[in-house]
Amino acid sequence: MMDFLIRALIGGLGVAAVAGPLGSFVVWRRMAYFGDTLAHSALLGVALGFLLNVNLNLAIIVLCVGLAAVLVTLQKKHIIATDTLLGILAHSSLSLGLVAVSFLDNIRIDLMAYLFGDLLAISQTDLYWVYGGGLLVIALLVAFWKPLLAMTVNEELAKVEGYPVESIRLLLMLLVALVIAVAMKIVGVLLITSLMIIPAATARKLSGTPIQMASIASFIGCLSVCGGLWASYHWDTPTGPSVVVCVAMLFLITYSLPFRRR
Amino acid sequence: MSIRLVSFENIGITFDQRILLSNIDMTIDEGEIVTLIGPNGSGKSTLIRTLLGLQAPTSGKVIRNKALRIGYMPQKLHIDPTLPLTVRHFLALVRNVNKRDILPTLEKVGVGYLLDSQVHVLSGGETQRVLLARALLSRPNLLVLDEPVQGVDVNGQVALYNLIEDIRNELHCAVLMVSHDLHLVMAKTDTVVCINQHVCCSGTPQQVTGHPAYQALFGIPGAEESIAIYAHQHDHVHDKHGDVLDADTSQDGDHQDHTHCSHH
Repeated sequence: MMDFLIRALIGGLGVAAVAGPLGSFVVWRRMAYFGDTLAHSALLGVALGFLLNVNLNLAIIVLCVGLAAVLVTLQKKHIIATDTLLGILAHSSLSLGLVAVSFLDNIRIDLMAYLFGDLLAISQTDLYWVYGGGLLVIALLVAFWKPLLAMTVNEELAKVEGYPVESIRLLLMLLVALVIAVAMKIVGVLLITSLMIIPAATARKLSGTPIQMASIASFIGCLSVCGGLWASYHWDTPTGPSVVVCVAMLFLITYSLPFRRR
Repeated sequence: MSIRLVSFENIGITFDQRILLSNIDMTIDEGEIVTLIGPNGSGKSTLIRTLLGLQAPTSGKVIRNKALRIGYMPQKLHIDPTLPLTVRHFLALVRNVNKRDILPTLEKVGVGYLLDSQVHVLSGGETQRVLLARALLSRPNLLVLDEPVQGVDVNGQVALYNLIEDIRNELHCAVLMVSHDLHLVMAKTDTVVCINQHVCCSGTPQQVTGHPAYQALFGIPGAEESIAIYAHQHDHVHDKHGDVLDADTSQDGDHQDHTHCSHH
């Protein structure tokens, strides 16, 4: 019986550890809505994965990266304001995903699990994906930390100093897509961004440097996974939402504590 | 004969059928101080952006010396408040920076005490100095300064210009500066280029201040002494100083407001 709980804990910790630093970038670059859009489109990835009979994680990654590319192209054309564009893409891809899923007659999909996550149903294979993908994301973050941060602080200065800004921006989108793909099982498409943003936002008050904020965000995310799992086990609450409630509470507590932001 | 660092050849930029720049020819030699002046919206910043590679020219080309290393100081710096960042970390982001140079460079621009301050709490003058330090950390042979005294009070402006002059005397780098504080900059400049979509006139400060195009753009002769030097007529009206003066007086207030607004 404890087996699935331990798997859930290991998987959850892996996702939270990666979501922290990446979530910090999402917060710094004001990409929250962008992350949401990618996450919503992940459901379409799942449907396509089933329809074409390919690995679901792979399908999600490909779809997210494709959507990110479409988004960047449309953004450059200045057809419509970016937030409107994101809203259109987010909800139409989510709806398209839901419609596509309904065509899958012969396969039973637990829709709730994809929308809100099912940490307790995480399998050994899922764990490999979480840790494989997670380690890749961390390795890329470490390797490209300086250019990523230089671009985040000021794109023009970074470009003048010779950083390949366009490629780095693409890399960041790819990383967000990867994290969404591996985190989907844990918290579901509707709650993924919260696991990236809320720990980072909480960490902001406690940190004085970017690296501090990224690591504290990881720590806070891990803490909430433990808390959420514990609550879920004791009160039989849905796991993904429990984790998010837990991190939201940590955010509220941190910001109501009487010390000033550094 | 000194080495040519940059030459702009017949640069033209059109955006949405609006001509921002046309037929710009300009050169910067090693060690030369070039000041770019012109009214708001005259394309000064756009021209600088083509040099920096941030804006591709619609026509013409920018020829850069292979040895060109640019240190760029932008007009202002906005860093998202959600990003905790000390001055030390900000300066460490310079590509290929030697971390041991950070403190000495910061001290050189007179703000060594800011090393561990958060970038969000800096005053206008402090921000400009930190930005100057960042430009210097690229070990440039051309410093590009886009309105370097933005948001700095008059005393601070003089101090900042003196600092820039000291640094350039020490490093022997060329300087390309955008400015509209003519009276402060003129004395220290080798070449003044006055632009308003096209090059109106260029030369030594003496030549330029005596040029009719400059006078039409920046007001009557003798007005250089005053700070409110913004009496710009969009269409080059020459030889009608009496009429122009009247128009200026009535529009002065507007022009001042306009000037301030566009930089916030």
